[in-house]
Amino acid sequence: MALKKSQLTVGATHSERVIENLSRTQLVMYAGTSGDYNPLHTDDLYTKEIAGYPGVFAHGMLTMGLTGKMLTNFVGDGRLKKFGVRFTNQVWPGDSLDSTATVAAIREEGGEHLVDLTISTTNQDGKEVVSGTATARIDP
Amino acid sequence: MAKITFPVEASHIMMFARSVDDPNPVYHDAEAAAKTEVGGIIAPPTFAQSVAQFDPDYFLRPKHGQKWFGSAKGPTGITEKPASSGGLHAEQHFEYHRPLRPGDVLTVETKPGNTWEKESKRAGKLVFSERITEYRDQNGDLVCTARSVGVRTEKPVAQS
Repeated sequence: MALKKSQLTVGATHSERVIENLSRTQLVMYAGTSGDYNPLHTDDLYTKEIAGYPGVFAHGMLTMGLTGKMLTNFVGDGRLKKFGVRFTNQVWPGDSLDSTATVAAIREEGGEHLVDLTISTTNQDGKEVVSGTATARIDP
Repeated sequence: MAKITFPVEASHIMMFARSVDDPNPVYHDAEAAAKTEVGGIIAPPTFAQSVAQFDPDYFLRPKHGQKWFGSAKGPTGITEKPASSGGLHAEQHFEYHRPLRPGDVLTVETKPGNTWEKESKRAGKLVFSERITEYRDQNGDLVCTARSVGVRTEKPVAQS
């Protein structure tokens, strides 16, 4: 399902709850598939006693992946041209995250119709954990 | 840095999509994916980062015959004190030329980018470093470029 230029207006938003009550097991799954076995994400003992954090926390790339799910649900499969984020706060087990894309611009470049989006993912307390931008190809 | 060969495989894509809680059939159901605009299984947008699995020297994976810094009998498996509280991921940017598909064999090369420093209230001195990673396919075409910014903190990030 691709977006059509005629359906979009600057300022329009798309939001999704991308994870509910994030589990430690989800962090283990992400470590296993991404290959990032940093104990900060799966090893509470190390993370508390050696690294000095309250406990394990999510890979930034897991939060980006969850945010990407919202994006591809919105713009369609294989439509992204650019996707970039800053990790602004840590994500912890038990967090529930909401991701929002806001239409920043609708434009044409090199014969393609594009939409520029600003992206924000927030936790259950309204604190932003990821902020970013994306560009996707849309239909005329 | 050495070039890494990254074979893109359907089962890896399926497991990766599960690990980002994405049930989209285009990542695991070949029959359903064939009926979509992309015409077959593709990888989710952040999948390229899984190249770490194919880096023989990746430092965040326990390796045969080497001590691992995570916990085992004690809270860490090494005796020396780590130089800092460790690295965190500050930014990640992807530019896509086409989606990755099962059967692609990517050649991946990472080059260092800029480094800079900043003082912060929450974590002391921050040292940022940038890495640019280019993913080329079996035809030599650039399919994805990634820019990653890592940060080393002087102390653990204070929780507000």
